[in-house]
Amino acid sequence: MLQYLQGYLSQPVTPGEAGNYLWATVYIVIVITGISLVVLAMNWGERKALAHMQVRLGPMRVGPHGLLQPFADAIKLMTKEDIIPDGADKLVFWLAPVVIVITAWTTFLVVPFGRTHAITDMNIGVLFMLGVSSLSVLGIVMAGWASNSSYPLMGSLRSSAQMISYEVAMGLAVVSAILMTGLSDSGIYLHHAGSTAASGVGTLSMIGIVEAQAQQGTWFIFKFFPFGLIAFMIFAIAMVAETNRAPFDLPEAESELVAGFHTEYSGFRWSLFMLAEYSGMLAVSSIAVTLWLGGWLRPFATWHGPQIVIPHYWQGGALDLASSLLPALIFFLLALVCLAGVIRMPRIPIFRFQTIGLAVFGLLLGFIGLVLLAPPVRDRIQDIFWFTMKIAFFMYMYIWYRATFPRYRFDQLMRVGWKVLLPVALGVLIVTAVVGVLR
Amino acid sequence: MTEPISTSSNPAGNDRTFLDSNELILNMGPQHPSTHGVLRVILKLDGEKVRGTECVIGYLHRGVEKIAENRTYAMFNPYVDRMDYVASVSNGLGYCLAIEKLLNTEAPLRAQYIRVIMTELNRLASHMVWLGTHALDIGAMTPLFYTFRDREEILKIFEKYCGARLTTHAFRIGGCIYEAYEGMEQEILDYCTFLEPKIDEYEQLLTTNRIWVERTRGVGFISGEDCIALGVTGPVLRASGVKWDLRKAQPYSSYEKFDFEIPIGVNGDTYDRYLVRMAEMRQSVRIIRQAVAGLPAGPIMAKIPKVLKPPVGEVYVSIEAPKGELGYFVVSDGSTQPYRIRVRPPSFVNLQALDKMVRGQLVADVVAVIGTLDIVLGEVDR
Amino acid sequence: MPEEIKGNSSAPQPPAEKPATPAAAAPAKPAAPAKPAGPVPEPWNAALPNALKSRFGSAILEANTYIDQNYVTVDGQVVRDVLQILRDEQQFDYCVDLTAVHYPKKDLQFEMVWILYSFARNERMRVKTRIKDGDPAPSVVSLWPAANWLERECYDMFGIAFEGHPDLRRILLPDGWEGFPLRKDYDILRQDKAWVQANLGIESGQ
Repeated sequence: MLQYLQGYLSQPVTPGEAGNYLWATVYIVIVITGISLVVLAMNWGERKALAHMQVRLGPMRVGPHGLLQPFADAIKLMTKEDIIPDGADKLVFWLAPVVIVITAWTTFLVVPFGRTHAITDMNIGVLFMLGVSSLSVLGIVMAGWASNSSYPLMGSLRSSAQMISYEVAMGLAVVSAILMTGLSDSGIYLHHAGSTAASGVGTLSMIGIVEAQAQQGTWFIFKFFPFGLIAFMIFAIAMVAETNRAPFDLPEAESELVAGFHTEYSGFRWSLFMLAEYSGMLAVSSIAVTLWLGGWLRPFATWHGPQIVIPHYWQGGALDLASSLLPALIFFLLALVCLAGVIRMPRIPIFRFQTIGLAVFGLLLGFIGLVLLAPPVRDRIQDIFWFTMKIAFFMYMYIWYRATFPRYRFDQLMRVGWKVLLPVALGVLIVTAVVGVLR
Repeated sequence: MTEPISTSSNPAGNDRTFLDSNELILNMGPQHPSTHGVLRVILKLDGEKVRGTECVIGYLHRGVEKIAENRTYAMFNPYVDRMDYVASVSNGLGYCLAIEKLLNTEAPLRAQYIRVIMTELNRLASHMVWLGTHALDIGAMTPLFYTFRDREEILKIFEKYCGARLTTHAFRIGGCIYEAYEGMEQEILDYCTFLEPKIDEYEQLLTTNRIWVERTRGVGFISGEDCIALGVTGPVLRASGVKWDLRKAQPYSSYEKFDFEIPIGVNGDTYDRYLVRMAEMRQSVRIIRQAVAGLPAGPIMAKIPKVLKPPVGEVYVSIEAPKGELGYFVVSDGSTQPYRIRVRPPSFVNLQALDKMVRGQLVADVVAVIGTLDIVLGEVDR
Repeated sequence: MPEEIKGNSSAPQPPAEKPATPAAAAPAKPAAPAKPAGPVPEPWNAALPNALKSRFGSAILEANTYIDQNYVTVDGQVVRDVLQILRDEQQFDYCVDLTAVHYPKKDLQFEMVWILYSFARNERMRVKTRIKDGDPAPSVVSLWPAANWLERECYDMFGIAFEGHPDLRRILLPDGWEGFPLRKDYDILRQDKAWVQANLGIESGQ
């Protein structure tokens, strides 16, 4: 059994590429669980970060520092009464959240957390992701329609119009990144590992894009400076609008007249919408990370540093060693923070449960850190770690935008999408192509 | 309460049915997160554009003017705080000034200075509430927490001075009843030093923020002439270019002794009203500093009879409240109870201008315009 | 300056002097200190009231100043013209307030008060008139749009109809309310029981 496991783990391709259905299924389960856990963590993180930016504390009572708040919310949502409006179209009403969640999760089929850490790798990976995420618009329109009320309908139409508009700019920015996979700074044409495509040809495969960045030795955000950067920024703005988040969240804002498309949904159905929204945020962040920020590559991936040999533990460059110890270090740091929190907790009986909980949590984090020091784990976790760190950066930016910016009015929102982002994206695309060919 | 839509805003549109046109009647009901109290606004929309509005008010009508006829002058003093409950000190100041005028007396100089300090602190508090809620309506949720946190310090000063945070009843007819508590001057000066960088912080968050500017510039325009014709006063009038402030034009309570400016705007839109109120906050801090520095010694209460029986007559006294011209028209018949007290509320008259400011704008702007008018329903309805 | 009272030596101070003469009651009138004559309305002599008087003659019933506040009382027939003149010729472009006072024992029960302000002259004045119960008052909405809601409130509270108002209906009280609260014969504990019963479904608690 162990040999089977080890045999599998030493393979150089993703299970989808290898045609291994069992492992592909296992990976799917792992990814879906992972998404759900991240959504829970995002829920907590958003409330805490938002609160701290607003000079307040956020959830503090449910579990130490509110760490159990997402679970409490999940339990609440699941036990809430399921209300279906009287005149609603029952089938569509039931189907809409399902459609949205399925499309949000299906995009994760091709998201690469590492060279072998993906469910599969299609050679049209990026196109697949963009296409499937567009299907969520259908779910939104279904939700607004099925609610049988004019305000959700108007909200869902606005939402879908907004998403469609920003997808155009997103797509163009994506195309200019894909162009870069085949064009090079120094005139050397590159191959996708394992492909028989002629040189000078780019690739749509997610893994291929990251490998192209590895081979070219530069993240595409820095390539053809400043055009890579501009394309990245266009995508970064468009992806916020795509996921209906602040400052583009007029369709679902509470203080506006027309409430959002998910007004009539309560309890578990609403939690599916929330799940889909955060999953969508993760998905577009994954696209951004893969296309511009080097995917699972660590910064300065081509620098290895002087050779270091630790018997039975490490043989390789110093920088690589430092980078592989980083995840463990971060967990130890978090465990230290928990320890500091435990020491600072007031010593009164009512806090005993919280203090114990925080201490247990800190020990758990420390334990995970120890596990991450072990060589077999350490090697494999590297890619996933860097990918996750970059996604976490995007998630934090999402929260930061929500705390800081007022909302765009709907007509201003559409104007930005069509009259500002689209021309700039077009321009960047053309210039990238020209510059790439000329070099 | 089923009121038909007023035909006054569209006399010709009466014979068309709902199906004949694109028009939609939308009700921003009395319970709404953004209408600053129980205000009902009925909008007639053509798609996204607003073609007419009607405000339905009176949900908070408590009959304050009728109550006044059944209370003695001093007994009525706490009632006036409850009208504009966000800035209750100004209400009290206006009322005390009116009755003192009726009695033909004036408060001693020290009392006047204390009144100025408290009134300007209350102006700061009122503008902070305005800023937080206005930004929240437009979508920026963070300034709300910052302004309310900083306003807490003002409320602490009020609590130390007169025992109450919100409905302060700080002044009495004839002066102040409470002496400045120990350390009050220093505390207020410290607060001024604390607040000025905070005002800079609020400006940093919003003034040059492109989204804020787009949401507020050009929204809710009203010209200076329209303001005067509609009786609009306060920062709304000043942002439309009319340089008029009762503290300078007809000074009361020793305001003429202080050196401050009146900020005015150029375009009469929401952005200018925002800038005017931010500048007013800075000027308030300036006034407070001067008042604290020049606080004279002396009595704080004029000699007035215990049982107030003003001579027969009537007066009208108005002050520059944070929201506009707050006036009291008091008719006395020589007895201990006023014969008639009429409160001229700035928010009531300013709200009339909503229709003019919002016509032709988009639905999402209505919320911004209501916020920029800075109305308090307690004052609108009394 | 702050303590100086116009025309009087000091503020009325009966309590301070009363203990000095406790028993001196009826005959010794000066025992109760001669209450200093309070402010009295004095005639308002200025260009403005004189212009009005020359224009309207006896319709201007009085033009006085009381504690520095100027007011004119005019006859009900000419009040609209007076207001028009004030706005057009005398630059009173801001209608500060308009309200009414109810004197039920008088013939002309309602005293309408318009408070006007002129930006150019930095001057405030009141225009008053008396009307009978049931008579309409002239509406000044066409002169100052500010008067729209102010007149509606006056109607709501007193029942004074305004002639020429574009949309005269109740503003603060609900539409179906019976009675006009600020009248002196509407006692403070009274409510419109029928309305409360019909709309709130409870017995009026008063």
